[in-house]
Amino acid sequence: MSEFPLITILTLTPLVGGVVVLVAQSENAKLAKGLALTFAILALAVAGVICACFNPGAPGFQFIERGDWIPKLSVEYFVGVDGLGLLMMLLTALLVPMAMLASWRMVDRPGLYFGLMLLLQSGLFGTFTALNFFHWFIFWELSLVPAFFLIKLWGGPRRGAAATQFFVYTMFGSIAMLLAFLAIWYASGTFDFVLLARDGQTGKLARALADTLHWPGVSGGTITTLVFLGVLLGFAVKVPLVPFHTWLPMAYAEAPSTTTMLLTGAMSKMGMYGFLRILLPIFPDQTRALLTPLLWLAVATIILSACAAFAQRDLKRIFAYSSINHLGYCLLGAFAVMKATGTDATLATEKAAAFNGVVLQMFNHGLTAATLFCFVAFLEQRSGGLRGLNDFGGLRKVAPVFTGLMGIAIFASLGLPGLNGFVGEFLIFKGAFSLVSWATALATIGLLVTAIFLLTLTQRVFHGPLNQKWAALPDLTTGERWIVLPATALMFAIGLYPQLVIGLFNATTLQVVERLKY
Amino acid sequence: MPWIVHNLWLIPGLPLLAAAITALCKQRSRTLSASLAIGAMVLAFGLACVAFLQTLNKPAGSETFREVFNFTWLQFGTASVQLGWVLDPLTAVMAMMVTFVGLLIFIFSVGYMAHDENFTRFFCFLSLFAGAMLGVVIANSLLLLFISWELVGLTSYLLIGFWYHKPSAAAAAKKAFITTRVGDIGLFIGMLWLYGASGTLLFYDGGNGCLETGALAKMVAMTTSVGMAASTAIGLLIFCGAVGKSGQVPLHVWLPDAMEGPTPVSALIHAATMVAAGVFLVARVYPLMSAGGAADVVPATLQVVTWVGAITAVFAACIAVAQNDIKRILAYSTVSQLGYMMMGLGVGGVVVGMFHLITHAFFKALLFLGSGSVIHGCHEEQDIRRMGGLRKYMPVTFATYAVGMLALCGVPLFFSGFWSKDEILHAAHGWPASHGPFYLGAAGALLTAFYMTRQVCYVFLGSYRGSVRGSAAVTSHGAHPAGSHPSLHAGGQVPHESPPVMTWPLVILAFFAVVLGFVGTPAWPWFQSYLGGEKLEFDFAKLTEGGVLFLMLLSALIVFAGIGLGWWLYGRQPAASAEGPDALERIRPDIFGLLRGKFYVDELYEATVIYFNAWWAGVCDFFDRWVWGGAVRAVSYLALGLSWLDRALDEYVVNLGFDQVCLGLRRDGGWMSLVQNGQVQRYLSIIGLALTVLVLLLIWGIKPS
Repeated sequence: MSEFPLITILTLTPLVGGVVVLVAQSENAKLAKGLALTFAILALAVAGVICACFNPGAPGFQFIERGDWIPKLSVEYFVGVDGLGLLMMLLTALLVPMAMLASWRMVDRPGLYFGLMLLLQSGLFGTFTALNFFHWFIFWELSLVPAFFLIKLWGGPRRGAAATQFFVYTMFGSIAMLLAFLAIWYASGTFDFVLLARDGQTGKLARALADTLHWPGVSGGTITTLVFLGVLLGFAVKVPLVPFHTWLPMAYAEAPSTTTMLLTGAMSKMGMYGFLRILLPIFPDQTRALLTPLLWLAVATIILSACAAFAQRDLKRIFAYSSINHLGYCLLGAFAVMKATGTDATLATEKAAAFNGVVLQMFNHGLTAATLFCFVAFLEQRSGGLRGLNDFGGLRKVAPVFTGLMGIAIFASLGLPGLNGFVGEFLIFKGAFSLVSWATALATIGLLVTAIFLLTLTQRVFHGPLNQKWAALPDLTTGERWIVLPATALMFAIGLYPQLVIGLFNATTLQVVERLKY
Repeated sequence: MPWIVHNLWLIPGLPLLAAAITALCKQRSRTLSASLAIGAMVLAFGLACVAFLQTLNKPAGSETFREVFNFTWLQFGTASVQLGWVLDPLTAVMAMMVTFVGLLIFIFSVGYMAHDENFTRFFCFLSLFAGAMLGVVIANSLLLLFISWELVGLTSYLLIGFWYHKPSAAAAAKKAFITTRVGDIGLFIGMLWLYGASGTLLFYDGGNGCLETGALAKMVAMTTSVGMAASTAIGLLIFCGAVGKSGQVPLHVWLPDAMEGPTPVSALIHAATMVAAGVFLVARVYPLMSAGGAADVVPATLQVVTWVGAITAVFAACIAVAQNDIKRILAYSTVSQLGYMMMGLGVGGVVVGMFHLITHAFFKALLFLGSGSVIHGCHEEQDIRRMGGLRKYMPVTFATYAVGMLALCGVPLFFSGFWSKDEILHAAHGWPASHGPFYLGAAGALLTAFYMTRQVCYVFLGSYRGSVRGSAAVTSHGAHPAGSHPSLHAGGQVPHESPPVMTWPLVILAFFAVVLGFVGTPAWPWFQSYLGGEKLEFDFAKLTEGGVLFLMLLSALIVFAGIGLGWWLYGRQPAASAEGPDALERIRPDIFGLLRGKFYVDELYEATVIYFNAWWAGVCDFFDRWVWGGAVRAVSYLALGLSWLDRALDEYVVNLGFDQVCLGLRRDGGWMSLVQNGQVQRYLSIIGLALTVLVLLLIWGIKPS
């Protein structure tokens, strides 16, 4: 274990940076932007150091820092990363500089915008590293505030409504979760995720909940289920799981595209992370009891969102629904892992496949979806904000490099082998098929519909005769190429040699599967 | 392990490398891109030959040569996903065919695409295709095969949509990708199931592969919830992929539209190689397909394969009869011939299907390239009614095309198509399950001979009918392939023969369209013994025994009947003008209309599947906006209403009451303050007043009552 508080430094870097930039921004916008980017790159460097020092062979948490905070409430400062947290941390560290560079040319209060992005990054880092509910929840909520202002101040015409709905809806889920956790604390006396997971898996937590929380006429089991549902709601809204997803298309569409890069790339992972880190380990029995409805909700998320994407006429709404669809695969895999299988060793392998697939898919989706929104941002910068499906046509003629690179991201998104998306989806489906065959077979419809709407998009925007309105549309500039090039290179790298990323969290997966077997 | 087995990956690797280099090069480096592509293909062909020679060394004691090289691709948990490649006769023969035909088509493309502004892109995509296709060929893992399979689909998409500014090309590319993906979903599920059931996706792995006896026996023994053996269900799901890729009914609709791509693409991808990948897939997993069968019991999987193939063979041949686009006729012919191959696999096994696959690859590539030469020579004209008499203008093209046509029709003895088709008919005749496929196959043979004769008569016989259209039409037509060579043909109206870079590949292909048949005759079945691992002997007597001769005579009769019928209708009196009705149309306009409309399958799909998809997407969107979104809004309105009520309560009940009380207090206070205003004289006067009143009261009070 490292003595050096790397994770604290990681979380503080963008926080300090954000405050500095917010103070500096009124003086000199250019300086503020430069400062912000420096801090983001610094954070990336710290994340890189953590990744380099991380021992991928060891299960469990590394870089642990632990100290009392509010002992009476059993609140500790307790942070650390395992393979899952590390990957999410890396994703966040990669996407923020990319989003900053993509919004480099914005003119409206850029310093403020960049400062808020740093604060958002800090919230994300905190969420992905905290191991005590109290601490974790602060960052979970903290990330909402900059996101709210990013949408509210720089968004599209309906930004006010979108920001409010985004904030209130997510907050609503969070409050349900907070109440549930207060109940858990009341019953168990701890906020420690690691302890709670242990108690959850032995059934001690459920007994404690049932014993402590009395309500006339309500059985202990029902109370535990209610607590479970409270936590579930918090994450289901965030991921989102149908039918708690309606805030998302509007928020993604109204937010400035570079903010959407972070919303879809990193923030949507908070919900999935919550499922994997908190909900499933702490409530395995309760998840199993409700597994069938949860699986069907995951399948509904996959199919309905893919079909709804096909009906959209706004590029950002299409990609927003596509985002829901891709996270649906993660949910399917995560629920499949929870299926009770006894001690069958073959099925343990399938669970390892599905869990690895889920984590990889989270990373892949973050990368691909953020890149797609980055291209939408470039397109909006060229078209003066137009981004309708039918506003363009034949752009490949004038912008071949744009088309080619965005084409790569589109094909990565539809799961073409050789690019990153396929590996995650394959592992999820491979594992889930043996565990929950029918749900998985149905979910493949999503793969088909995704191809339909993404190719329709390509056809309408890039193919066909050139819309003369865009005859002078410039191709990607050298700077813009460099912004998307790292992401594109990663798509190929993961697609061809997935071990590169899977190797980082396979040990974590093994541990999770081992703990959840029975 | 022989060197070539270890380095088999170079065969797809070299074209892939060429594609990668070309992709990073500037658009202007034409010579470089073409030489890279062709050079990589030459090397790949050389390696394929080395591999082929290697497979001739049968190890003692085993039927065929088969060596594999497997490696770990990724690890999950304690298990791993393995990929690998296999060298066996099936790989070798397919790799030779793909590299050789591919090489000739690459060379042809140098001439055909010479004036296209995206010349380098074209060669980049072609190389990428070749690499992916060879990946399918060498794969020893269903996963690697699937990966390459999807990449092949991608390149098909890119090349069909190569002239992307044409809306029809863009639509055709999308249609091809999506229609094949429908089948691929089946293949994907089949692959998952196979992985779950057998624990591996490697075909051969020293006894542990999924096509080896241990895994097969396990899957035959498993029964599914619908009562079918798991091996059958998996086989059928994998076959879905083959149906999509090989354009079998009902997923054949994309293949004719794919002719929107440049003609070399049609020849390479949509005739010789990629569309045959479905057939190859079935051949590769044949042990799985035939699992659970016995001597007289045909397993359900093979029955489905046979019937789908036989129906496709006739269905597509019917449509080909009434088409006017030179490439579409060939496209339907391809669909029909692919049906034959499937049927061959079903009734006769791998060798029968693969033999037809190989011969067909040569003569169909020849026909497509020939049609490319015709289109090129006629200034991008594709309608056979506006051709005619090209025999005189394009002698080399005509001669080679005729060879291809005779091979496709299956004219006896001297053409390869005869021998390979006869094998299929012979096997179908002896098929224990039913005689239906045999009759369907025979009907298909008749139709094939008929529509090919019709096409050749229209294109090469009679007199040229193209000049009547005037130059305006020609230039408008010639503008489509990215302004493909306006300067060259601006004035010229007379068809011309193509340059040698295009005719030489035709001649070579024509040569093979003839000789390839002789490697698999019943008298000397070298191909069958090589692929099937049987003992080879030269025996003329085989030609006459077991009904072989009878079937040969029958099929010869059928072919000549078809050609004769075609000649009688179209050859005797070649059409004089482009606008006149077709000879068959004059006889039966109703049937001809149905065939020309392709049995209206596209329209049927338009009205059902596509309509449903759009409708359902609308429903999902509606649900999102109004039902779920509505519920959220209702909750928010409820919250707003509650807040309003709260505010009203506050303002009008609580606040107002409070205000009233305050107001009252203030009012009273005002009154009170009047009393206590600090002025002594007021106090004194009040005291005086009070005193007076008190005195008065007292006076009244003490008054006796």
